[in-house]
Amino acid sequence: MEKSLTQIALFAALIAILGLIPKIDLISGVPITAQSLGVMLCGTVLGAKRGALSVLLFLALVAAGLPLLSGGRGGLGVFASPSVGYLIGFPIAAFIAGWVVQTWRAGVGLAAFAGAAIGGVVVLNIIGVLGMSVMLGKTLPEAALLAAPFLVGDSIKAVLAGLITQSIAKMRPDALLSRG
Amino acid sequence: MLTLTYPSKTWAHGLPAGGKLAALALATIALFALREPAHLALAALGAAGLVASGGGEFARASLRPLWMLWPFVAIVAAWHLWLRDPAGIAIILRMITAVALANFITMTTRLTDMIAVIEWLLRPFARVIPAARIALAIALTIRFIPVMLLRAGDLALAWRARSPASPRWRILPALTLSTLDDATRVAEALRARGGVD
Repeated sequence: MEKSLTQIALFAALIAILGLIPKIDLISGVPITAQSLGVMLCGTVLGAKRGALSVLLFLALVAAGLPLLSGGRGGLGVFASPSVGYLIGFPIAAFIAGWVVQTWRAGVGLAAFAGAAIGGVVVLNIIGVLGMSVMLGKTLPEAALLAAPFLVGDSIKAVLAGLITQSIAKMRPDALLSRG
Repeated sequence: MLTLTYPSKTWAHGLPAGGKLAALALATIALFALREPAHLALAALGAAGLVASGGGEFARASLRPLWMLWPFVAIVAAWHLWLRDPAGIAIILRMITAVALANFITMTTRLTDMIAVIEWLLRPFARVIPAARIALAIALTIRFIPVMLLRAGDLALAWRARSPASPRWRILPALTLSTLDDATRVAEALRARGGVD
């Protein structure tokens, strides 16, 4: 009981840290924020339910007025902005990422990559594009064009989520709740 | 840690948080129901008046978070200018007004009051997740953000002491692992002090 509570709380903090760390250029020269990587890791490490709760806790703190989104954004304004779809998609992405790792009995690294790619790239971008389409009054293909440049970075993050989850599975086999 | 609440008091700081949030919800719904650029321009003027009522310094601070919208404004403006479609004006006005109103509420409401509203909203789910547990989780997250930020800095320094290359993603496995280990230790500490109900 205590452990799942502390894991949910501390992984919410991890999402915040990954958005706040000044410029960990994940790949040299391309400054992509690691925040959605944190969302993927919540799912692939903590599993579907705890991962989604952790992301919801993070979003509650953002809504309450803490500047925890990448670039120091936060408050209620971000939920009224065109990128609101991505915020709504975050907990869903974590849930799907965790669910894939829990159900697909492939190697941890591969399952985590697949979960992060399906939840954190495909589903997250679909919801994000829906949000932009509604908020900007654009058709879905037009909104999808706006999201397209970020897909490369997102795919890199899915690979990293797979690698990081795999290394955790090696170092702390008991700690990986998504495979508990 | 810094919050986005404006530090000195304006008239809106004294209003109850729940009322302000309900008003914001209604205003945002109304904003999305408006179609005419003239109506939306009036709404934008109203929002500007609201922001200005907090004083000059407050108004300047309110403009800063609006900067995050510039890529969207630029894209919509370019798109609709190209199509010669005036609907773009309505979209841009609505977007800026909605974000400005939401920021106004964030800037005039203390974090503790916001969290109290969140806990109130979650009361119907008290059987599933007791309020005390939510409060503890919120406190733990807020407390651990600076701790883990320091940890990330230490890991990056440790990397730099051994390699001329920048650490990039390589500190992330260690950071994630230390988060898991911290969670285990904090859970043990909680249990040793009587646990969570």
